[in-house]
Amino acid sequence: MTRRVSLFVSCIVDQVFPKVGIAMADVLERLGYEVDFPEAQTCCGQPAFNSGYWDEARQVARHFLDVFDGADCVVVPSGSCTSMITHHFAEIFAEDAAMAQRAHAMEGRVWEFSRFLTDVARAGDVGARFEHTVTYHDSCHALRELKVKSGPRSLLNHVRGLTLKEMDACEECCGFGGTFSVKFDEVSGGMARAKLDSIYRTGAEYVVSLDSSCLMQIQGALSRADSPVRTIHLAEVLASR
Amino acid sequence: MNPLPAEKINKTLSNSGLQLAIYESTGRLMEKRRKALASPLAADFETWREQANRIKRHTIENLDHYLEQLEQNLTRNGGKLVWARDATEAADFILNLAKENNAFRIVKSKSMTTEEIDLNERLENHQLEVVETDLGEYIIQLARERPYHIVAPALHKTRYEVADLFTEKLGVEREVVIEKQTMIARARLREKFLSADIGITGANFLIADSGAVVIVENEGNARLSSSAPRIQIAVAGMEKLIPRAQDLATFLKVLGRSATGQPLTVYTSFLSGPRRAGEIDGPEQFYLVLVDNGRTRVLADRDKRQSLYCIRCGACLNHCPVYRKIGGHNYPWVYSGPIGAIISPQFHGVTEDPWLPYASSLCGACGEVCPVKIEIPKILLALREDVTKAKKREGGGGLERLAFRAWAFLMRHPKLFEIAGMAAPALISDGGGRWIRSLPRPLHVGPIARWLSQRDLPPPAERSFRQLWRARRRRS
Repeated sequence: MTRRVSLFVSCIVDQVFPKVGIAMADVLERLGYEVDFPEAQTCCGQPAFNSGYWDEARQVARHFLDVFDGADCVVVPSGSCTSMITHHFAEIFAEDAAMAQRAHAMEGRVWEFSRFLTDVARAGDVGARFEHTVTYHDSCHALRELKVKSGPRSLLNHVRGLTLKEMDACEECCGFGGTFSVKFDEVSGGMARAKLDSIYRTGAEYVVSLDSSCLMQIQGALSRADSPVRTIHLAEVLASR
Repeated sequence: MNPLPAEKINKTLSNSGLQLAIYESTGRLMEKRRKALASPLAADFETWREQANRIKRHTIENLDHYLEQLEQNLTRNGGKLVWARDATEAADFILNLAKENNAFRIVKSKSMTTEEIDLNERLENHQLEVVETDLGEYIIQLARERPYHIVAPALHKTRYEVADLFTEKLGVEREVVIEKQTMIARARLREKFLSADIGITGANFLIADSGAVVIVENEGNARLSSSAPRIQIAVAGMEKLIPRAQDLATFLKVLGRSATGQPLTVYTSFLSGPRRAGEIDGPEQFYLVLVDNGRTRVLADRDKRQSLYCIRCGACLNHCPVYRKIGGHNYPWVYSGPIGAIISPQFHGVTEDPWLPYASSLCGACGEVCPVKIEIPKILLALREDVTKAKKREGGGGLERLAFRAWAFLMRHPKLFEIAGMAAPALISDGGGRWIRSLPRPLHVGPIARWLSQRDLPPPAERSFRQLWRARRRRS
């Protein structure tokens, strides 16, 4: 049984939302895991991949593999970055047998944070307390590529004091989409505002998700609308006591 | 290279009536599909999708074989198969046929393929009368517009707009009740059906082993168009083939549910040739015009040829948050939404509208609902790579490429990455953790300005995760 896990915190958590990474480490340590942070890590390469720059994506993906090749178990606070590694590395290295082999070998060792908790750690109650009403946003890649749907909800339902109120459009995209958010800024903004309407209807105080990028989009729109509703990463909820 | 039609898109976004019409119509279609799939009758839906995908894959991989089989069987039934390389060849055939038969009035039932080749316009330029008989198509023909949606061409028109249109074009009293509007159209169209010389339809499926054209519809206008006139022409893209009549069951089960939430459409017509000896009705002549118009080019690409599996149900449009914002008329071709975003660049070349594969947040809803399991998000990504490569060849897009090159360099050098990360907190004060609404001028540019046009920016983190982590390790 793996008792040692390596964190891949993702570039956005490292640079913009470091507390999410700390919260994730707290939860994992509380569950008895020895947590390691390989310092040479940077990004999974997804921004370049999604923008059509596959050569650049390959360089960064190769760097990721160099850093994590020796790790048995990598935990990631993002559905999107996880999916890049487990679903798309093989695509970008399709014509390089040796790299494809390394990519495939990595696939089974990389875990999205909530999936790791429910499927590997078999955790339900992680000892968290969060006395607020929250709603859960299904981030697209976690939902549609990793098929993460009930796990995070079950973890939330075990949190003391927490009330989960589902929104009608929980599966609808927040409109972030990486460079889409700036290339199609007006469309992306419109999608975010549609999401806010659905969030408001629940009366929740917090929007929880697995991806800091979605939360950046949603919080950015909430803040622009002067709404008191706040966003929070699942790891931060689970780290609360 | 056509630029992103930002102004046109913003016009759609700021038209609140139109936004509501698109949002509600697509929302209704999503809801109908959801309900249809929740029924116990559709418990095997995923299996059907898998079957549909396999049948299409097999057909497209063996298209030459099945095309020949179709031609043999269609000919045996007394029909004639006409190969049209492009829009001009298709229109020329129909024009000549009309001339030879002294025909001038044409009734048409809904067909995206004929929209694709601008058939109406070409025929009208030669003084033929062409009347669309599907209610939605009739409305947009009167309005002189293109279909807004693959299945619901007049999805963007409210009944009040239709009332005004009917008054203006048909000279009738203003009528806002939908049922009564339908009766107005019905009365007009009935005369046309009875006096038409030629009926033109599309095809939902072409069955190789029986040489039959299959059309599904709800209004009965396709059945009338294909049975009342003495000459019958079906115009179809060659990818509409399926091998056997028995394969049809799978497709009928997924098509109606995906498109309109119906277990089966009201009419399913099988057209297999002209009237035979001893029969008292049916057309005297029967033609199938098979259109290429770029399809063989799509076929050449091993990874992307699955785009030809499409059965035109429109589910990807209804579920696409981008389509639901920008609607159908901001896409460059008659095919809109996610399917339009993947087939238009393949038919016309990626450099024509290089922005098109980027018109997606990659949320994946399209791929999730596609009844034939086309991997639309995957194809969008592959097309994006084609776009950057094409731009490189043509010497464009240099700035963005340079930025990604620099970014990739940074991401391979963790120390540099860390130092670069310190720039943000050095340049921008964190303002007590409040989100940023605007930045000083020199910083308020490019992608940052575009981000800030819609939403606030997170305050810079005083210390990165790796810095916090080191401090934590030192403490313990």
